[in-house]
Amino acid sequence: MLRSKSLSSKIADVVLIIILVAIAITCILPLWYTLSLSLSSKTAAAAGAVALWPIEFNFNSYQQLLQDSQFFKSFWISIQRVVLGAGLNFIIVPLMAYPLSKTVKDFKGRNVLMWTLIFTMLFNGGLIPLYLTVKAYGLMNSIWALVLVGGAQTIVFNIILTINFFRNLPSSLEEAALVDGAGPWYILTKVFIPLSIPVLATVSLFSIVYHWNEFLYGLIFMTREEFYPLQTYIQQLVVSVDPSTMTEDQYKRLSELSNRTLDAAKIFIAMIPVLVVYPFLQRYFIHGITLGSVKE
Amino acid sequence: MKSKGFAKHYYFMLIPGFIWLTLFSIVPMFGIMIAFQSYNPGAGVFGSEFVGLETFRYMFELSDTVNVFFNTIFIAIMKIIGNLIVPLVFALMLNEVRYLRLKRSIQTIVYLPHFLSWVILGGVLLDIFAYGGPINQMLGAFGIDPILFFGREDLFPFLVVGSDVWKEFGFNTIIYLAALTGINPALYEAAGIDGASRLRMLWHVTLPGIRTTAVLLAVLSLGNVLNAGFDQIFNLYNPLVYSTGDIIDTWVYRAGLLNLQYELATAVGLLKSVAGFILISLSYYLAYRFTNYRIF
Repeated sequence: MLRSKSLSSKIADVVLIIILVAIAITCILPLWYTLSLSLSSKTAAAAGAVALWPIEFNFNSYQQLLQDSQFFKSFWISIQRVVLGAGLNFIIVPLMAYPLSKTVKDFKGRNVLMWTLIFTMLFNGGLIPLYLTVKAYGLMNSIWALVLVGGAQTIVFNIILTINFFRNLPSSLEEAALVDGAGPWYILTKVFIPLSIPVLATVSLFSIVYHWNEFLYGLIFMTREEFYPLQTYIQQLVVSVDPSTMTEDQYKRLSELSNRTLDAAKIFIAMIPVLVVYPFLQRYFIHGITLGSVKE
Repeated sequence: MKSKGFAKHYYFMLIPGFIWLTLFSIVPMFGIMIAFQSYNPGAGVFGSEFVGLETFRYMFELSDTVNVFFNTIFIAIMKIIGNLIVPLVFALMLNEVRYLRLKRSIQTIVYLPHFLSWVILGGVLLDIFAYGGPINQMLGAFGIDPILFFGREDLFPFLVVGSDVWKEFGFNTIIYLAALTGINPALYEAAGIDGASRLRMLWHVTLPGIRTTAVLLAVLSLGNVLNAGFDQIFNLYNPLVYSTGDIIDTWVYRAGLLNLQYELATAVGLLKSVAGFILISLSYYLAYRFTNYRIF
């Protein structure tokens, strides 16, 4: 690329970089602050003295956290939910995407099924019918309510992404397998799936992050705290008072009275799994998104 | 082609997924009948008394619901505008950075908040903007009295929009950046030979190059006019800001699951689902007409 190297252009570059770096810093500063808060003393936190560095550095809140058995129970429930949810997603997505990536010529019922699928993505009965349905199934307080309800709402998007990927694979591959006498199951498992690792990794990571972050279904389908997934557990920390009878003074006191350092420690630990999968996420999602969702 | 007898295998592959979606997406849709009934939990959806549009008439008489619809649309439209413009400006600035490693580091950092849940970020934001939190400490240094940020109804919608744009702008730059890399470098070379400055290149080469993408994103965002973001508002709001911050989804949650007004909550939810379905379908249709975009 040919660009002039004048002085004004260089100054513009420097200003630009300073602005961009400053914006980027605002994206991690809140996380850094939470870490500092969790490592500060309670009195410093309550006095609002903590800014960028921990004040009276200590690990008390993490020691206290170790004694909180509900935190670990909820953490374990979230892990189970992620494994079951992402596992199911990984099996069902290619199974549905492969037939639906065929043309009507090869698979007559394809369009009707595809539009049914799209309809389930775009329309829903709303929260109350969903709640009553799950209750009628007897899935209250069951982890399967979390896995199956959330999964049904996110899987169609993942299927569409995968269909678009399958359609971009060279058709000569399938033709060659057909000539060799391969059946549809063989083509799916031995030709399509091995070639689709980028998109399957993308939808798996979407599923992992979704199941880890989702909190509402834990709140409405679990009637007892012991069944809460981690995000629901943390959500309840922040608003454990009856919200319908709160005055301004109570709201003010709430932010001062709560155990801020311990809460910060819990929030920070809950972030860690996302931070751990993030490098893998980043590698795949750009590819997955630009390839699957927006094409012209 | 030897794929003649494949169709029955294709149906077989689709069975598990369709059973799942039927049970958890399609069956709950029948629950919308509750909106037209005097619902009796003992008799269930198929046994309750039919009352026609009674609930809808009641709904429009409540000042609550009108206000909630207004809040939803107001917050959603501001979010749409912010989430279209801020990522575009950021992508254009990032595109001018010539140090690849710096560019990549900035990208890595700004994508991160997208993957953290609103439970986590809500907790962090409430802490940072708390009455005795770091923002108020900082303002205090300039002699400004502490502000109860998330307890002020005049500020709440703007804090919601601002924090949503902050969380998502990085992720939303991905599609713009993909479009920017698609611009033919020869165009910049030609412009450079003609003596164009960097600003002129931005105006005459870069912006026309991503026009289609920008139009597409704007059209598709039409489908979000009723989505003000349940997760975010649910984790940030409190009774002090209901007048400006309560949206359809949070209202439905409280009316249905806390106050057990099943009919009313279902009716409001249904109205939102139907309007949302029409808006999304319209946005897909317009995107197809203007930019030839197809979701699958």
